[in-house]
Order: sequence, then structure tokens, then C-alpha cells
Amino acid sequence: MSSETKQILTTDGIPLEVSLKKAERRNKIKAFLLVAPLLFFLIITYVFPIGDMLMRSVDDKMVTNMLPKTFKAMETWDGQELPEEEVFEAFYLDFRQLVDNKQEGKLSTQLNYTKNGFKSIIKKLRRKSKNFEEGNYKEQIMAVHKRWADVEYWKAIKRRAPAFTGQKYLKGMDMYKNESGEIVSVEEDRRIHRVLWLRTLEIAFFVTVFCFLMAYPIAHLLATLPMKYSNLLMICVLLPFWTSLLVRTASWMILLQQQGVVNDFFVMIGLVADDARPEMMFNKTGSYVAMTQILLPFMVLPLYSVMKTISPSLMRAGKSLGGTPFVAFWKVYFPLTIPGIGAGCLLVFILAIGYYITPALVGGASGTLISNQIAYHMKSTLDWSFASAMGLMLLSGVLVIYWIYNKIVGIDNIKLG
Amino acid sequence: MALKKDFVKFDKVDKSYDGKVLVVKDLQLDIEEGEFVTMLGPSGSGKTTCLMMLAGFETPTNGEIYLDGNAISSIPPHKRGIGMVFQNYALFPHMTVYENLAFPLRVRKIPKDEADKKIDKALSMVSLQGFAQRMPGQLSGGQQQRVAVARSLVFDPQLVLMDEPLGALDKNLRESMQYEIKHIHENIGVTVVYVTHDQSEALTMSNRIAVFNDGKVQQLSSPDELYEKPVNSFVAEFIGENNTFAGEVSDISGGKCKVKLANAEILANPISVKGKGEKTTVSLRPERALINPSEKMDNIHKGKIEEVIYHGDHTRVRINLLGNSEFILKVPNSSSNLDIKLGNEIKIGWNSDDARALDPK
Repeated sequence: MSSETKQILTTDGIPLEVSLKKAERRNKIKAFLLVAPLLFFLIITYVFPIGDMLMRSVDDKMVTNMLPKTFKAMETWDGQELPEEEVFEAFYLDFRQLVDNKQEGKLSTQLNYTKNGFKSIIKKLRRKSKNFEEGNYKEQIMAVHKRWADVEYWKAIKRRAPAFTGQKYLKGMDMYKNESGEIVSVEEDRRIHRVLWLRTLEIAFFVTVFCFLMAYPIAHLLATLPMKYSNLLMICVLLPFWTSLLVRTASWMILLQQQGVVNDFFVMIGLVADDARPEMMFNKTGSYVAMTQILLPFMVLPLYSVMKTISPSLMRAGKSLGGTPFVAFWKVYFPLTIPGIGAGCLLVFILAIGYYITPALVGGASGTLISNQIAYHMKSTLDWSFASAMGLMLLSGVLVIYWIYNKIVGIDNIKLG
Repeated sequence: MALKKDFVKFDKVDKSYDGKVLVVKDLQLDIEEGEFVTMLGPSGSGKTTCLMMLAGFETPTNGEIYLDGNAISSIPPHKRGIGMVFQNYALFPHMTVYENLAFPLRVRKIPKDEADKKIDKALSMVSLQGFAQRMPGQLSGGQQQRVAVARSLVFDPQLVLMDEPLGALDKNLRESMQYEIKHIHENIGVTVVYVTHDQSEALTMSNRIAVFNDGKVQQLSSPDELYEKPVNSFVAEFIGENNTFAGEVSDISGGKCKVKLANAEILANPISVKGKGEKTTVSLRPERALINPSEKMDNIHKGKIEEVIYHGDHTRVRINLLGNSEFILKVPNSSSNLDIKLGNEIKIGWNSDDARALDPK
């Protein structure tokens, strides 16, 4: 105990701890400088875009900024009956401002997201509002269209007052906040996203299972064959990596189409009739086949690296102790490959869940995944905030899977190579 | 119950991996029940292959192996009931010591309470009580090795194979483990076939040693016989230290022979030479030659000391004797050996019985 309280000094009288820190500081700075470029790169290319996505997905400032006076006036409105004159006046003033800046179109689009029917009445209001007289705006606006006299539309405007909203996330789950503020699902026949989420999980899951079933024997062979054969096999495994993803997907299109090589072969050996060639592309089958082939190396490599470290004498020991070859495999070999299985499955599942090009090309309507939907909103509808929201939902889904994996298997048990 | 003479029997066993080279040639080997037999030889001599054939991981190309009178070539390893200790212990790293030991019992469907008793017994045999719940990775090399021994014995096999089990241990630990394994063998009377390339290990532990070279058993005998009476120059060279003189038999009579060297003639004990004119290598153990022999010896020659190396309990002296500049003598360190100095000429003598005229190298 006493030795702990007594401070150890170096020969020049400085406490040992201080001089140790001093001596190590230089190295720490050097080490930091070495990783600084990577850190910087990560912040710019990863943290910042994800942060931006997060902001975008909840950002609802557009309407807030377009109707500042209206929302100020609405603060005192109870939201039950039609608002007072001052709200209508404020709205008129905000609206004139927007019309002067030619921004009223954006407003109508935004409000239409919240409630259908805004587009036409805003167009009408723009035309009529040029001739408005000063004072009694409530009467004048309500005269433009009967919907302006409907309290539900004013409630809809008020719902856009907050600068942030979670409604894009709700939309991603096929839900929305109704007039009374409850979160409800959309009608059955309009639930497209839930189907997509489930399909994404399903395809990712089965692709992982297929990859595992195929990769395990390959990896085992790779790990046990003599060097000259295993090198050749390794090249076969890695060859797809050296080919462009697009080329690989396109070659699957050649193989799988109805007049394609596989179908021709089936017809030739008499497995199917010429006029009843199965569709293997532009549906789930296409996605399964192509994704399994493309993601296979990601399963083989971690498995291989783990199996390589398992001494063959362990299996021998298992057998010599009386275990049948199956028992020796199941009790001895298999448990030792779990870190590789975990790594491979996690890798393949996470890659598959966000897969985009392959399903887009060979998946057709029933084989597309959530990432295709995200791309659709990025490129076609330009609803970036919705795309961001779904992207983040995907990301958090992956993190949840990672967390579950860590709980069950433990992340230290993972071995990538 | 009489112990069986040929508990394990290799009957004319050949083994080839590639169809071109025989790694084991016409092996004939009987192992007695309860015996500790070591297969000793340089790497590539076929000893491990023999062990693997016995364990069932390799099949003989020709011939048959019998265990307790039954041909076993067609029996898969897990049905042979042979315990085995591997070179790198081969403990299952994902199981505790207890589970490792329980493995052979579980596959034999032995009830848990009986299995627990066996495991306790096996662990106390290697003095590792209290380690049952440790993982192999938490044990030292020596402890892992003992667990491996315990695991190979826990299911009461009649035969235990050990494939260089001490190879990975440091020297002191290796020596104490040698005694430990020897005592375990003595206590439980199990038949052990032990493979090593370390001759001192073989000499310490075994009842009999089979010296392998070139796919053949060169000599199978007890350690002392192997050391004192090697039957050929490979064994003489491989076991212990050895001084050799290459020459030609010039006369052979009355249990003795004269061997003509380049510039001298010595008397030797004809072991594998039959007649005059045969080439031979005469082998002489370093401790059988004396400096300034007081008793009467039939070989006395003069040599010059070329090197003196102090070894603590003894001194190694390298002497240029009869044209052999590698002649080694081991001299106990006592005050009487005063004239062992570099460059001195000394007289060296030995009995012709100890100089064994073997096959030429």
C-alpha cells in the first residue's frame, strides 16, 4: 500500500508519471497525425452526409418559412372553429409575399402533401387575391372557394407549423398522422412500403442462407486442399470480384431470360416444354440467383480465413475419441467456424439489404428492394427528404441487426480475416 | 490373465502416399500388452505414418494391422477405441477442460454421474483437480498437455498413442512431463505407443524402442540394449554419441576382428561383419574409452587434444586419434585429470568388446 502512495521520481526529480506522459506525447501526436487524413475523410464523406440526411428527413422548414405571419397568428387559435380574421389577414399578407416571389407553387405542392385539394384552391386564390380590397380578408378568402371556409384545411395548414416533422418516417412505414393527430396506417391497397421492407428482409435473409449453404463447403475445400489446387479454387472464387458488377448482372440477364441459356438448356434436356419456359428474371428468382452469386465471395472469404486456422488434428482428435465423423464435425469443427459464419452472414445480409443495381436490373416489379424505392425518390419524384428518411430507416435497421447479433453471438466473435 | 505378446501387430505393412515411394516398408512389429513402446527416428522415417495407420487416419497400402487379435484396417478411427495425444494437444478450444474430457464419454453415452467420476479420476491423475472449468486457452503449455493426456485416458482405452506430445514444451517441463507420463503408464498399465524424434525422451520413458529409418525398423529393443548394443551404424549414430572408424576387416577369429584403418589397425567386436576384406564402421561410445588407462586394454593409441569444452559435470575432449579428428571423450570433472590441456598428447585405451564393427556407412 505504502509504495502506491509514494511518488516515484526520475533521476532529475520529475515525477515518473509526468515524464512518461511527456515522453509519450510526441508519439501520440504522431499517431494522431497519421490517422488524421482518414478521420477527416470519414467526417466529410460519412458523418457529414449522414447528418445532412438526418436533417433533411425531418426538415419541414419550407412551409414554416413561407408562412411566418400566419403561424404567428395561429398560435392563439384553438384549432376547433374557423380561425379569426387576424389569421386570415396574416395568411393573405404571407401569400401576397409568396406570389410576388413566385413561390406560391411550392406552397401548394407542400400543402397538398398534407391534404389533397390545396393545389386548385391556391391557384384560384392567387388569381382572385389580386383584386382583394383591404380589410375583412376572412370573407374575401372564404369567397374564393368553399374549401377555404372548411376548418379542416386550416387545420392542415397549422399542422405544417413545426419546423421539424417525423411524417416522412411515418410515410416510409405506410402510416400518417390524421387530422386529429393520431398515427394510423394508410388503406390496405396503398401500403407499398411495408411490402417492400418485408421483401427486402426476406430476400436478404434467403440470399444469406443460400450464400451460407454454398460457401461453407467451398471454404472448407479451400482450407483443406493442397496449396496448388486451393489457389486455383481461390481464383475461381475471386474471379467475379475482378469483373464489373454491371457485367455480372448483365450476364445473368443473358442466362436467365426466357430465351436465355438456362431456359434453352432446360428445354433441350426436356425438363420444361418449349412453350412453357419459366420466368426466371424480372421477379424474385432473378434477384435471388444474381445476388447470391455476386455476394458469395463475401461469405467464402471470412469462412475460409477462420477454417484455415482450425487445425486438422482437432477433427482427428474428435474421431479418435470416439466421435463419428458427423459428431466430430458438429461438436468440434462447426462451433469453431461460428466466428466466420457470423462475419460472413452479417456481411452478406447487410450488403443484401441495401442492394440496388442487381435487383433494379433483374428484379423486375416483384424483385425490387427498398433501395430501389429510395433511388426512385431521389431521381424521379425528387422527394429527397423522403428518400433520406427511408435511407436512415434502412441504416437503423442494419444497426439494430448488428446490435441483435452482438447480443446473441458477440461482436468480438467475428472474424473477417 | 497373461499379457498378450502381440497385442498390437503390424504384419508386413507397406505404405505409400504417391505410388512411387514407400514410406513404410514391410513393417513387422509386435507390441506387448501394457508395454510402453517408442517409435524413434528422424523426420520422414515413417514413424508418424505408422502411428496414423494404427489410429486409423491412414490406411496401409499393403499388409494388415491387428489390435488384440482383430484386423483393424477396415475399422474407422472412431470405432477403434484408441486414445490419442496429438503433437499440438488438439484440445477443443471452445470447450472447457471438463467438456473436453467429457467428449469421449458423451459419445459413448456414459451416464453423467459415472462420467463425472471418470473425469475427476483422470484430472487427479495428471494433478489438475480444480481446473475443470478453465478453457484450454487459459492453461499453460504443460497444463494443456496434461489435459490432452487425461482426455486420451479418460475413456479407459486399452491402447494410447502419443505423437510427439512434448515437442512444444521447453526443456525442463519436457523432462518432468516425461516422468509424469511414465508414472501414469506404470500406474494404470495401459499400452502406450509413443512417437518422438528425441532420443533422450525415448530412452527415459520406454520399455522398448523401435528405431525407424527409411521406412524400416532398424532395431527394436530395450533402451539399454539399444544404446549398448546397436546392431547397425545408423542406430549407433542416432542413439547417443558415437565415435566411428571406417576401415576394412583384415582378420576375424575367436569373437574378435582386426580392422585395418588408413594408418593403423584396431581390434573390434565383429557384429555385422562375417569375413576378411569386408568394409566396416567401428563404433565406440565416448564413455567406453579411457585416458591413460591403468587396467589392461587391448586397444591403446595415442592422440592429440584438439579441443576442450567444459560442461559442468564433465569435460568434452575432442582428440585427433588414428586419423579421426572428431574423436570425442567425456571425462568426469575430478582433480585427477590434470594433463587434459589443448595440444597435449595422451594415451587412450578401450576394450575391443566395446568397439563394435558394424556395417559400413
